[in-house]
Amino acid sequence: MKLSRNFVKDYIDLDDSLSIKEIAEAMTAVGNEYDSAGPLLDCTKLITGEVIDCYDHPDSDHLHVCKVDIGKEVLEIVCGAPNVRTGLKVIVAQVGAHLPGGEIKAGKIRGIVSNGMICSKAELGLDHKFLESKDKDGIHELPFDTPIGVDPIKVLGLDDEVIDFELTANRGDLLSILGMAYELGAIYHKKVKEMDLSYQEAKEKIEDSFSLQIKTQDCPLFLAKKVVGVTIKESPDFIKNRLIASEIRPINNVVDISNYVMLETGQPLHFYDADRLGDTLIVRNAEKGETLTTLDGIERTLNEEDIVIANQKGSVGLAGVMGGLSTEVEEDTKNILIEAAIFNGVKIRKTSKKIVRSEASNRFEKGIDPKRTYMAMERSCHLLEKYADATILSGRITYDHVNAKDSVIAMTMQKLVKVLGIDIPEKTVISILEDLGFIVEQQKDKLIVTVPTRRLDIHIEEDLIEEVGRMYGMDNIVGKLPVLPVTVGTFNKTRREIKNKLIGLGLNEVFSYTLISKEQVKTFTTDSFTPIEIADPMSEEKTTLRYSLLPSLKDIYDYNKARNIKDIFIFELGKGFFCQDGYQEQEKVAALLSGDYYLGIKKTPVDFYIMKGVVEELLDYLGYQDRYSFKQPEKIPAEFHPYQTAEILLQGKVVGIMGKLHPNLGKEDIYAFELNLDKVLQNHGSRMTYKEIPKYPSIEKDVAFLVQKDKTAEEIMTTIKKAGGRLLQKIEIFDLYTGEKIEPNQKSIAFNLTFSDPKRTLTDEEVMELFHKIIKEVETKHQAEVRDK
Amino acid sequence: MEQVEKVRKQLEKAKEEVVDLKSLNDLRVAYLGKKGLITELNAAIKEVEDKKTFGMEVNALRKEFEAFYEEKKQEFDQLALEERLAKEAIDITLPSKKIRRGNKHPMTRITEEFEDLFVSMGYTVFEGREIESDEVCFQKLNLPKGHPARDAQDTFYLKDEYENYLLRTQTSTAQVRAMEANKEKGPLRIVCPGKVYRRDEDATHSHQFMQIEGLVIDENVSMADLKGTLELFCKKVLGEKTKVRFRPSYFPFTEPSVEVDVSCFQCGGKGCSLCKQTGWIEVLGAGMVHPHVLEMSGYDSKKYQGFAFGTGLDRFAMFKYGIPDIRTIYGNDLRFIEQFDRLEDTK
Repeated sequence: MKLSRNFVKDYIDLDDSLSIKEIAEAMTAVGNEYDSAGPLLDCTKLITGEVIDCYDHPDSDHLHVCKVDIGKEVLEIVCGAPNVRTGLKVIVAQVGAHLPGGEIKAGKIRGIVSNGMICSKAELGLDHKFLESKDKDGIHELPFDTPIGVDPIKVLGLDDEVIDFELTANRGDLLSILGMAYELGAIYHKKVKEMDLSYQEAKEKIEDSFSLQIKTQDCPLFLAKKVVGVTIKESPDFIKNRLIASEIRPINNVVDISNYVMLETGQPLHFYDADRLGDTLIVRNAEKGETLTTLDGIERTLNEEDIVIANQKGSVGLAGVMGGLSTEVEEDTKNILIEAAIFNGVKIRKTSKKIVRSEASNRFEKGIDPKRTYMAMERSCHLLEKYADATILSGRITYDHVNAKDSVIAMTMQKLVKVLGIDIPEKTVISILEDLGFIVEQQKDKLIVTVPTRRLDIHIEEDLIEEVGRMYGMDNIVGKLPVLPVTVGTFNKTRREIKNKLIGLGLNEVFSYTLISKEQVKTFTTDSFTPIEIADPMSEEKTTLRYSLLPSLKDIYDYNKARNIKDIFIFELGKGFFCQDGYQEQEKVAALLSGDYYLGIKKTPVDFYIMKGVVEELLDYLGYQDRYSFKQPEKIPAEFHPYQTAEILLQGKVVGIMGKLHPNLGKEDIYAFELNLDKVLQNHGSRMTYKEIPKYPSIEKDVAFLVQKDKTAEEIMTTIKKAGGRLLQKIEIFDLYTGEKIEPNQKSIAFNLTFSDPKRTLTDEEVMELFHKIIKEVETKHQAEVRDK
Repeated sequence: MEQVEKVRKQLEKAKEEVVDLKSLNDLRVAYLGKKGLITELNAAIKEVEDKKTFGMEVNALRKEFEAFYEEKKQEFDQLALEERLAKEAIDITLPSKKIRRGNKHPMTRITEEFEDLFVSMGYTVFEGREIESDEVCFQKLNLPKGHPARDAQDTFYLKDEYENYLLRTQTSTAQVRAMEANKEKGPLRIVCPGKVYRRDEDATHSHQFMQIEGLVIDENVSMADLKGTLELFCKKVLGEKTKVRFRPSYFPFTEPSVEVDVSCFQCGGKGCSLCKQTGWIEVLGAGMVHPHVLEMSGYDSKKYQGFAFGTGLDRFAMFKYGIPDIRTIYGNDLRFIEQFDRLEDTK
């Protein structure tokens, strides 16, 4: 909302010594923020002048050399405008003037000195949409009676200042000059002046030629009056200028008056050409599929949510949003039907979101004071009589299902102190409320406050407390710490520990977007699930909620790779989403590893087993030592290497996947894993208890087996474990060999076995006996032979 | 006697030729070996008259030699050790064998910093859902359907349940969730950090970002308590000199509502480009929980009142680390993440 200082001065006396910035700051201090505050036209060193001589530039086919009398001197100025001529009164920017386009400097134009510039309105910074056609391609011609040597902005009536407010959604009342006047009145302790609503009525009654039918719940208040014999012409300057300052384009006196009154009162009006409209007006909900051509010439298809104004023939306007083309006020309009109404804000909001957000729809959405509906009607009659020669028919068609009444709210000083936490003297509270234009009745333990209908945002005691607080100054509240019982705060420690562990293992944490594309959501998994999609996505790439975090990690890999970053070790902890008996959210952790894991002169590239180490380290840390295993999956996602991918199992249940990514996905080796944390964390981290440190020495034995290549290490280990029994404390694989020294279909796996008993020292004999038993078992079970016996 | 004296003299001379361990050992063989000169003198004892004196002289000479030998041997051993160590010299300026180091994303750093601070004040970190119903995200926060304040939060609705289910636009949903979860409908002290989503994207807006919401409900908590709490919080996060300013504002779910500004931590309030010459930066929205919001989640608004506050964690991260574009945060360029690689003095 743009507030014109000249406009609001009609209704409140603001001290001229207050700068526009000071006023804006004072409004901000009570909760009304502004975006900018300053003069309407930001120009310096402008002066009116008269062109006393004008001849063609000798070296140009379009430039003119002018002698311009500005009172104190005569300036020679070169001007290119086609309409410049002797005798014109013009706007002169003197040397040193600052205009929106820059500073004016003296200089030679094709050999002739030019000491200034003769200006068009556009050069003063007036937006293009406010220019009349004659102003678009020439200098501005001031009236011939304009005095020389004065400020042309004053002559134009554009010597105004404007504050551009960014109002909060609850203050619909401030979308009017009157509302602004009340707010400023409360700040500066001034009374708001009366609006002139006077006019004469003719004998002819509106009822004789017009009837109204309201056929919807969405229009609680509708007023109609008829005026006849209007003259369509240009508006007086003050109306045009105030509309311009408020960002509304002047059109003609009648249309301008409807906008002017909307700005003053906050009540949007609609003027119909009464002859085109006919004798009946109907307000109803649109029928599904009904069409209507709006003012902008576009045919709109409507539905039951839209409210329309109709006549006998059909709909003629979209209520509260945009009028129809067929009943528009035009140059030849003589008789007008004035509509002042209130429509359901929620419905208007829906319709306007579909079609166009307008000044009117914005006001309907935020709410309108029903008393202003009556006021706006009277005001428009007053102005139409005065500036459009209108004759106002007597009577008014009134449909009022609102019956607006001021609200009466009780408030106690105890509650005020309890909410704000500061003690404000009752006297101060009363004077603040009275400054706001509320009526306060003091009873023995409470204040009875009558709030005028214009304050649609005030319903309960807390609202009044806020009013007192904001006018008193929220910042005058002195902070203190709450006195509350001591309690222990908690947070999700496990998640933090998982992050810390992975960071410790060399992975960088990333944060990526939940929304990915429809194609991506089915990648990196073979799970069958129903993805969740967004109804109105911003782009094709962000349509669907991700299920796995891996597509995002791969994107991050590609992004960094494209920037020549060599080693990419990343993880993310976040949610995966899917649809199954409602919308499910599952916490997941995923990682992607590529490049050198150890750096320095001898680099070590990451491989399957380093990744496996990272996974095991994490699971061990979560308390799952010896409870997880890895299995070749039955189905492998297309993004993984078909022979280097494993399912991660926890106590026999699949909780994740790990593997090398398919070479199709990148030139380099990329490894990745993902764990479903909701599953992993189901029973993690049991209590730790002390185990006795072994007192007796242990005995180690090494053995290497030759086995078939496809034999897994795990199979052999399981046999060793079983044969070794309780005395076999530890099994480690310390070598793996394939090559020339053995058969091509064989491999050699070397184990280091540690035997001990916590209660005694083992003898060599019993260890050897056990050792041989193990060897025999492996040999028979796995067709193995001991290598280098 | 002369014999002994002769050998001694000869030995004195030979000692001078000992230059290394080999010549020392040669000398030892020459004098103490089977046919060594001192060994021979020893054998000659039985042939001389004054056996005792001669014997003593020979013995003295032997001891002298042995002492010399030990001393020299140590000397040469030491030299040999030093020589060996010298050969083991390395170029200590060669690069280390680096163990890969990971880093926490700055959003995690800032989230944890905030959590820790509030946990230390007895708040519990409460985590809500990212998919929410329109009811929880809006209606129960006093934003009925068609409310104009919904404009500020352009929403991603889910396809199948348009206008019923959505991606939460604000962590204020945690207020509703926490109140509904509290069976006793009694005191509450929570913070809720998390991801939120809005249909909006430019240098200062990302369609996905992070907020933290705080909520305290008790019988006697006021705007003054809210201000004190936020003063303490802002001092801890942004520096002890930070000042906090309340400006009246409007949020549908709080009444009264305030915008919270902090004194600019770049210029200290003098005015700079960061604070647009105002000396203040808007960082939080806050207020007293609207009685309707309390009632809608089953609380007795006559008995209980509460304060709530919320802020963008990304915004704090951008200020704190001087990140100009929010898209940097979610761009995941490793050259960005790897900058956040050490302990920080947060005083």
